[in-house]
This record gives sequence, C-alpha cells and structure tokens, in this order.
Amino acid sequence: MRSFDYVRARTPEEAVEAFAARPGARYLAGGTNLVDLMKLGVERPTALIDVSRLPLDRLEKLPDGGLRVGATVRNSDLAAHPLVRDRYPVLSQALLAGASGQLRNVATTGGNLLQRTRCGYFQDPGKPCNKREPGSGCGALKGVHRDHAVLGHSPHCVATHPSDMAVALTALDARVELYGPEGARTVDLTDFHRLPENHPERDTELRPGELITGVLLPAALAGAPSAYRKARDRASYAFALASAAVVLRVADGMVTQVGLAFGGLAHRPWRARVAEAAVLGEAATPAVFAGAVDLELAAARPLPDNAYKVPLARNLALDVLTRLAPAPASL
Amino acid sequence: MGSEIQRSETTLRVNGKPHTLLLDHRRVLLDVLREDLGLTGAKKGCDHGQCGACTVLADGRRVNSCLLLAVALDGSEITTIEGLSADGEGPHPLQRAFLDRDAFQCGYCTPGQICSAVGALAEAAAGHPSQVTDPAAPAGRPVALDRTEIRERLSGNLCRCGAYPRIVEAVEDVIP
Ligand SMILES: Cc1cc2nc3c(=O)[nH]c(=O)nc-3n(C[C@H](O)[C@H](O)[C@H](O)COP(=O)(O)OP(=O)(O)OC[C@H]3O[C@@H](n4cnc5c(N)ncnc54)[C@H](O)[C@@H]3O)c2cc1C
Ligand code: SF4
Ligand code: FES
Ligand code: FES
Repeated sequence: MRSFDYVRARTPEEAVEAFAARPGARYLAGGTNLVDLMKLGVERPTALIDVSRLPLDRLEKLPDGGLRVGATVRNSDLAAHPLVRDRYPVLSQALLAGASGQLRNVATTGGNLLQRTRCGYFQDPGKPCNKREPGSGCGALKGVHRDHAVLGHSPHCVATHPSDMAVALTALDARVELYGPEGARTVDLTDFHRLPENHPERDTELRPGELITGVLLPAALAGAPSAYRKARDRASYAFALASAAVVLRVADGMVTQVGLAFGGLAHRPWRARVAEAAVLGEAATPAVFAGAVDLELAAARPLPDNAYKVPLARNLALDVLTRLAPAPASL
Repeated sequence: MGSEIQRSETTLRVNGKPHTLLLDHRRVLLDVLREDLGLTGAKKGCDHGQCGACTVLADGRRVNSCLLLAVALDGSEITTIEGLSADGEGPHPLQRAFLDRDAFQCGYCTPGQICSAVGALAEAAAGHPSQVTDPAAPAGRPVALDRTEIRERLSGNLCRCGAYPRIVEAVEDVIP
C-alpha cells in the first residue's frame, strides 16, 4: 500500500475542498470496502478525506412525510430505526440481509451505495479487467462468471453491483443528494448507477469530487407493504446471487402501486419497469405477477455459467409479490 | 511526498488506558493492537472483513479491526478481549460460559466470537433486529434471542474447527 495523506473533514464544504486540493484523493467513510481494496492494491489513493464524522448521521422526517437519511448513518442504525422498520420495511430487511453485524456497525449509507463490484478479476491487479484498468479486457467474460450479470451487461464488463440496500432503495424510488465543487443536486437512484456499456470504469453518475450527503425516501411509499428476499450460497454473510425488493399496494384486488427491483443480476440495481407496467392497475394474482416478471426477464442474456440466475430471480420476485398481495376475497 | 511515509499523532483509549501514538496512516487497528500494544487476543484470520477473528468493540460496538484505519479512530474507546472484565474481577460471564461449554477447539476464533457476542447481546437489548427477527415485531423493543437469532447474529464469526453448536450454547447460557 502506498503512503497517503489523511484529512478529517468537519463539514461537507471542507470535505469537497480538501478533495479538490489533492489529486488522487478518495473519500473514506466506514472503509469496509475502500480499505479492503487498498490492501488488495486495487485502490491506491494519495489522500483520504475522512467523511465518517460529518454531521450527516441523522434520520429526519421531511415535511411532506418522506424521510431523509444522512450519508453517514451506519447500516445497522438505519436497519434498526423505528421509522424505517415501520414505513420502509424492505429497506431494513435488505440491510439486515447484507454483510455481518460487525460490518453493518461501520458501513455507511453513502459508502454502501458506492461499494465496488465483488468480481474476482476486478479485485486482482494481476488479472485483466476493464473496470479497474480500461482497455485491459474483461477476464470474467470467458472466465469465472457464475456470480455475474444476466441483464444489461456489455462485452466490456459483466460485473454486478453488490449492494442489497441499493436494491431496496431502487424499489422505493429513492433519490440521492449530492454536493460537489459545482454545488448541490439530487438524482433519482434509478439513474445513479450506470450500465457498463463501453465505460465500465464508471460505476455511477457521480462527478469527480462529488460527495453523497443523503438519501431521500418518498412520502408516497411510506407505509406501503414491502419486503426483500435474497438467495445466496450460504444462509448468512454472503453476497446475493439474486435478490428481489418489492413494494406493493393493492386495493379491491387491483395493484395501485408497485416497485420491483432485482439485485445480483446487473451492473446496477435492476429496476423492473416492464414488470411494474404490466402489473399496475391489474388484478393482484399469481398469474399476473408471473406474466409480468417473465416479460421483464425475457431481456436476460445469461452467460454460459450463470443461466441459473434467471429462474432464481423469477421465483424470488414471485414469492415476495405473492406474499405481499392480500389473499383474494373468497368467492 | 513521493515515498515519504505520512503519519499522524493518534490517541486511542484501549481497555481504559489512553495511548498516544505516532501512526503511519496505513496501519489498521488490528495491527496496532497486536504489534504496538502487545494485545494479541484479537486475531488476524483473513485481514479482509470475512472471518470476524479480529472483532473488538469500538465505542461499545463490535467491529472488524482489520478494516479500520487506526488514524480514523482518534479519540475512540477500544475494548479487546483482554479488557472485557475489569482488573481483579474474574472472567467476563461470556468467557466463563465458553470455558464451561468447551466452546472451542483451537481457540483461534474465540476472542472474536466472544467480543462479537458481547456486541450482539447489546444490540439485541437496544432493539436492533436481525435478518431472522419477525418484521412485525415492535421496533425499538429488546429482541429475545433464541438459537436461530444467535446463529444469525454471530454469522460474521467463522470457526474453522466447527465449534458452532457449543458457541451457541455458551451464548444462550448468558442471555439474561
Ligand atoms: C466480507 C464482506 C461481506 C459483505 N457482504 C455484503 C452483503 O452481503 N451485501 C451488501 O450489500 N454489502 C456487503 N458488504 C459490503 C459492505 O456493505 C460495504 O463495504 C459497505 O456498505 C461500504 O460502506 P463504507 O461506509 O464502509 O464505505 P467505504 O469503504 O468507506 O467507501 C466505499 C466507497 O464509497 C466512497 N464513499 C464513501 N462515502 C462517500 C460519500 N459520502 N460520498 C462520496 N463517496 C463516498 C469511498 O470513496 C469508496 O470509494 C460486505 C463487505 C464485506 C467486507
Ligand atoms: S466483469 Fe467487469 S469487473 Fe469483472 S473482469 Fe470484467 S470488466 Fe472487470
Ligand atoms: S481478520 Fe478481520 S475479519 Fe478476518
Ligand atoms: S475454535 Fe478453532 S477456529 Fe474456532
């Protein structure tokens, strides 16, 4: 690991300034991903701007009934917060399905959104990887890619985004608050993470030096039934092979509101817009759900060794959708 | 700058005692505990957050000390397995329970298991749910720990000897 400068920022302004003044800097939050990648030689920052003590560690109710989650709220505190458990249960469940108690105590909202892929080629500087070293090739495409993408990938990169939290936030229509050298802006989370196309080195639409300051949860989905289900190689402490986050409101047997997102399938949390459109306004029945999810997954292009993900994701989504739909009134 | 090593003065309170050290920014808490402070209870298993052998408490919360840069912890209160019980007292109830249940074979994972269990019990008492807690359980109330809960909450601690059944029993023994 090469030596680096260390600066503890007290305000977002100070953080952005310190970052801009140090070419090759990185923001440090919990460090559970960044420090790991520094040990592996994947990240080689010249300076760390520590944002973990910024006063962004609070949850606030918004006047419109939504919720603002600060960027440095720890994953464990977010999952345990009564407002999150009561109004956005899918978010609490997704967080608790990720990592371990020790890691969640340290990991932050901002860092979780920006964690890098777990692709083994990306994590090994001795291997080709377009994401780590543009132009070096994609080792996974013809190599080990059992954990990789089935949707939205390109010949340049077939990696998946590893976050569980981000999948729940996508189904919840969350927005990300950013602050950078050019000021503050807000981006829909669905548009925040990118598909790889021919620039897999760019995970997100974050601009250089921009800081995540918070995440906004909409009032419209507060209290809507929601849930998360994740499949993995062991019962706990493993990344998703596939996962589904669902928000579903049903009135008189008809779907009035729906959010569906998949994890483990793509370079970003996969917002299932096609499936959502196919169930909205329709009867909340298993047949309608199955038709909609199949329509979404018809776009899947599995790699030689990961076709199993398509039926896995289908079954996860159908299970959660069916569980959230109220039992049909008896005839 | 170039190859110059960058350091900062950092103060950590470890097991109640303050230590002010001039630390290379690259050093993680685990290495400082083991190499500078002679506290070799916390173990290095994977060095990547994947095994839990390095678990200690930072400001009362369980953490993986292998992924925490020590410089970023300036001012923090660290408790290691060596500091779980105050001087002159006997072992911590969890240490006693691990002995009584023979909850280890080689013992390499044990300090991490015990620190993790201390943290997990505090989290449950503070109302933190886990993946296996009923989502309908009231938020903010203490969570009762059955075996399924203990297994899930300690899943961040691997035991290569497979002493899991007795680890779970030892933790069950100290549940209030
Ligand atoms: C063994 C292991 C298992 C895991 N299992 C799972 C799992 O099952 N599911 C899951 O979802 N995750 C899992 N994780 C990943 C974990 O959730 C992430 O490492 C964590 O959320 C990252 O948060 P952090 O605060 O530690 O980020 P850091 O490591 O500090 O930062 C990550 C990145 O974000 C940048 N950054 C951080 N904060 C900001 C900000 N506010 N603004 C701009 N940039 C910022 C950093 O520069 C860095 O590039 C696992 C990790 C490990 C080590
Ligand atoms: S899948 Fe993406 S991250 Fe993995 S080797 Fe290919 S380019 Fe790199
Ligand atoms: S040594 Fe820290 S988790 Fe394995
Ligand atoms: S007792 Fe040997 S690793 Fe757990």
